[in-house]
Amino acid sequence: MIEVKDIVKSFDGTVVLDHVSTTLEDGKVNMIIGQSGSGKTVMMKSLIGLHKLDSGQILYDGRDIGRMSENEIRMLHREVGMLFQGSALFDSMSVLENVLFPLEMFDREMTPEQKEERAKFCLERVNIPERAYSLMPSEISGGMQKRVAIARAIALNPKYLFCDEPNSGLDPKTSLVIDKLIHDITREFGICTIVNSHDMNSILEIGDKVIFLRLGKLEWQGNRKEIYGSTNEALNDFVFASELFKKIKEAQ
Amino acid sequence: MHILQHTGEYFLLLGKVLRMPDRQRMFWRQYSRELGKQGLESLPIVLIISIFIGAILTIQAKTNTENPLLPTYTVGLLTRDTLLLEFSSTILCLILAGKVGSNIASEIGTMRITEQIDAMEIMGVNSANYLILPKIMAFMSMMPFLFIISTAAGLIGGWGVGAFTDVITVHDYLIGVQYAFNPYFIWYSIIKALVFAFIITSLSSYYGYTVRGGALDVGRASTKAVVNSNILILFMDLILSKLLL
Repeated sequence: MIEVKDIVKSFDGTVVLDHVSTTLEDGKVNMIIGQSGSGKTVMMKSLIGLHKLDSGQILYDGRDIGRMSENEIRMLHREVGMLFQGSALFDSMSVLENVLFPLEMFDREMTPEQKEERAKFCLERVNIPERAYSLMPSEISGGMQKRVAIARAIALNPKYLFCDEPNSGLDPKTSLVIDKLIHDITREFGICTIVNSHDMNSILEIGDKVIFLRLGKLEWQGNRKEIYGSTNEALNDFVFASELFKKIKEAQ
Repeated sequence: MHILQHTGEYFLLLGKVLRMPDRQRMFWRQYSRELGKQGLESLPIVLIISIFIGAILTIQAKTNTENPLLPTYTVGLLTRDTLLLEFSSTILCLILAGKVGSNIASEIGTMRITEQIDAMEIMGVNSANYLILPKIMAFMSMMPFLFIISTAAGLIGGWGVGAFTDVITVHDYLIGVQYAFNPYFIWYSIIKALVFAFIITSLSSYYGYTVRGGALDVGRASTKAVVNSNILILFMDLILSKLLL
């Protein structure tokens, strides 16, 4: 569980996160949503420890990231998996080597055979066919790259999984596959998953907890079902902006 | 002010790079890859340039020593010392800064803009150490061999002029090459080459690692890496020559 307590972050006098407090729970998909410039990315980077806060606390199971040394943050990062917007697969390594990388870097207990087995298990879990194991990232599709990135992110059994715009650049069908994977993996391994997204389908499909930021402030939070009944005007304007989603809301 | 900021950031990055690797096995694997990439792949260009420069130096030395008072072995001696003291260390490194330096800057820069370095950092990997240290170590390991190969190839190029033209006889050339040989010149040049190898790899890595933006910025970083490596190599050449000779 990650507790966010009254965090404030500003850049050159401009407040980007303004006294935000929330709790990100284990085994749930916690979605941070909001318009461009609302502070989503800054919040995610602050959660990971890439930004120093002006004030407030971020507690990883009670451990305050603001009080950690550089080395302690590095150790904490070994409990974190991250899915980047552009997948960020290492282009000099094959699909299998990408998933093996964190295992070879940090796992000192498994034998090389066990590591390979684990990497293959993760790839199978995200439905990557065996014939793709030896391919380079540039030789596979965008959707497959995202799935390999998920496999790499879960290779070390992370406690926390961060996903930055996981559906960007993907077609609707592949987006659904990725959403389902994120949802299933979160449940299966009891991970605290944090997703930064613009995708309304994802929000309404897998958002166990939705945190809506507006102009750096926490405007609304709740689960995806509560969104339909919400009277928050800014949230409704944002989520149900299109005619299609307005109709879905009316139907609900 | 800008230079001071870059210098500070460069040394901070070196502080992250020059540490014990997290995993020795991963380090040696990267190191052996870099040996091939930075060292062995540079061999063809080193050989071609050195043979031609050795031959050209011999012809030019002959043209400039057309004096009956100068002994005939002067041409071989001039060719040898020019290769040994300056070409196979300094000039060769200026050339390699273009090949190796731009390669390193663009490789690391591309990794930066495609978030591959961020991915490593989030995993808890010291990305600077993992990516840069093997490059520095590998190129520094290969540099003495490249220097020796370049000197030998240059001398063979000069010998070729004697063997295939009437500019100089092979006999006179070989006497000149062996005349008044000072073995210290080899050590002097190897020390210089090692320093230059460190400059090329570390400076290029710095420019690649600190890229922000897109493909154009990677190109700019690559150019800056080569230009600034060349300037620093020439500056250090001056200092080392004054100190060591």
